[in-house]
Amino acid sequence: MYDLRTAAPWKYFFRRWKGVFIGGIIIFLVIIFSYIKNSAVTEAVLASAVRQSTPLILGALCGLLGERAAVINIGIEGQMLLAAFVGFLFNVWTGNLFLAVLAGVGMGALLGLLLAFMSVTLKIDQIIGGTVINIIAIGLTGYFYKVGMTTKGKLQPIPLGPLAKIPIIGTVLFNNPPITYAAIVLVFLVHYILFHTRWGLRTRAVGEHPRAADTLGINVYFMRYMNVIAGGAIAGLGGVFLTLEAVGSFERVMTNGRGFVALAVMIFGKWTPLGSWGAALLFGLTSAIQTQLQFGGKVNIPHQFIGMLPYLLTIVVLAGLGGRARPPAADGIPYEKE
Amino acid sequence: MTSEQSSKSSSRNGSNHLLKRVWYSTSVPVFAVLLALLIGAIILLVSGADPLQAYAALIKGSFGNTEALSRTLQKTTPLIFSGLAVAFAFKAGLFNIGAQGQLLFGAIVAAVLGFGIHGLPAVLHASLALLGGALAGALFGAIPGALKTYTGAHEVITTIMLNYIAINITDYLADGPWKDMTPGNIVARTPKILDTARIPSVAGLPLGFLIALIFSVVTWWLLRKTTIGFEIRTVGLNPNAAKYAGIKVAKTIILTMVLSGLLAGIGGAIETQGVVGRYQPGFNTGLGFDGITIALLGKTNPIGVIPAALIVGAMKAGSSQMQFSAGVAKEITDVIQALILFFVAADMIVRWLLRIRAAEEEKVTLSTGWGQQ
Repeated sequence: MYDLRTAAPWKYFFRRWKGVFIGGIIIFLVIIFSYIKNSAVTEAVLASAVRQSTPLILGALCGLLGERAAVINIGIEGQMLLAAFVGFLFNVWTGNLFLAVLAGVGMGALLGLLLAFMSVTLKIDQIIGGTVINIIAIGLTGYFYKVGMTTKGKLQPIPLGPLAKIPIIGTVLFNNPPITYAAIVLVFLVHYILFHTRWGLRTRAVGEHPRAADTLGINVYFMRYMNVIAGGAIAGLGGVFLTLEAVGSFERVMTNGRGFVALAVMIFGKWTPLGSWGAALLFGLTSAIQTQLQFGGKVNIPHQFIGMLPYLLTIVVLAGLGGRARPPAADGIPYEKE
Repeated sequence: MTSEQSSKSSSRNGSNHLLKRVWYSTSVPVFAVLLALLIGAIILLVSGADPLQAYAALIKGSFGNTEALSRTLQKTTPLIFSGLAVAFAFKAGLFNIGAQGQLLFGAIVAAVLGFGIHGLPAVLHASLALLGGALAGALFGAIPGALKTYTGAHEVITTIMLNYIAINITDYLADGPWKDMTPGNIVARTPKILDTARIPSVAGLPLGFLIALIFSVVTWWLLRKTTIGFEIRTVGLNPNAAKYAGIKVAKTIILTMVLSGLLAGIGGAIETQGVVGRYQPGFNTGLGFDGITIALLGKTNPIGVIPAALIVGAMKAGSSQMQFSAGVAKEITDVIQALILFFVAADMIVRWLLRIRAAEEEKVTLSTGWGQQ
């Protein structure tokens, strides 16, 4: 049988991502055109797009690590929120940004452990388990947050030497704060781990056919636990991005649905890190354009309509891809040992 | 061991069978609430408050006198509806996190009909506004249902996104075309609704609460005693079997979401007509999420939703008193609610702690992930 995947991998790759390529080319042309018209604004919008995409790609990486191991994580929002808060608290207490980031990541991992415990050990409905995390996060942050806590600084951009001087690309990609760099590195790291290591193969096996994996001696529960915890840590990084890098302080429910948008990003990216990165950049670009429209003050549209663009885009993306995107086969199904 | 004990007791006395069934189905929710209160007390202790004093103030503020009781019933009313909305969707295997958005639309449409129409007799005007709110919620609920059946977009994400969209649209309406233009007003809100559109309290008992009780029974009847209800439950248990049995799954899913949105919309309308008296952004936040806790605490049973909503409603009604006289931040009730949800969802923990057998009851597939279509 003629299988395009093995016979012509590049052709297969192109066909699979055809829409993305065409979209990418159109966006690229629009960017060039607008750069010629107004370079400063274009650079600012693009740089903001990269930064806005950071929490989304981190959330999406969290989601896809879990789902590749067949655990649906609807609690990314809560993991990000609580991690953002804990990072913020540590910054208030210690004034040490590095410690604060670590604390937030640790909190994310801890919530990952909770989700894994609920969905792998207790075998609770995974969507409910994630909702529990979301509601706990809203409650705890609301209860412990006191207005008037002041932070001690936030993470600053680090220009990467001569690279940062390249027009457009330099300012957009090589003049970012640390978590934004970390997110880009993580995209490639997770891609490498998932598709080029034994660990990744086992993870995917556990997500596609846990029974077969179990038969071959892979510890299904262990793999699921580890991936969900690692995902939680990554979501935690996305959370501290908000408090320690983007805003510099904490607000109630400040994640604003980013954890859920991240799930749409993951689905749009077909459960792959690189695809999700592209999707996250697209969402980031929408948010950046939205901010520009809102504060650029040139367009006379009520701000509420501009404000709902990312959410509308999420629905459009899901509706457009819902039927065609294929999740891991065992996604969301608890595994019963025989 | 546990099964041995219970089989002994049942052979000893067969007539307490019903009592046992009630015990099996209510023990987990009851202990979930108690455990959540216990852990809540520990959190209060850790943060330097006196839990006994706090809980005493909470109870006093929710059941202490007729005024407090009336406030509790008022707070409970929209919660019953959002709980019903979520529970109803659960029966078809759908997770409606969008009760919040549907409720907002119900609330604002009821407000518009309430202040925009003049010269109707009271009963007619109030019913019209209520109906308008119900339809608005139903329409907004139809969107995720249609998206799910025609495109496969999962309702969990679409309903959450629609919540944000609903917040934006209603904010725009309350700050734009439908804004309260009385001199001196600068906040986003609609004008006050006319007295004829209000749902009053009679002798301290909010009529909205009675309507909520009626709708709980109607929902139970619809699910249990009608063909539509049977189809909805069958789709929830096994969509494939339902399809082979000749049930139109797509139609059933949309219908379920429409009715679920309808219930949430009525909740929003009653909040406007019975409590707030106008639409004002920020007044109804969180009610949709509360619906999830309540639906699960009530074991997705429309009648069980009533006591579940009463517990959450009492916490809401008493939280101001608690903040005032015990100096404890209101948000502790959110933490307790989350813990309740955790223990209800993780009923295995409660069962294991208390050695309770699982009830012999109809299994409900609460929701399906995107992998299980």
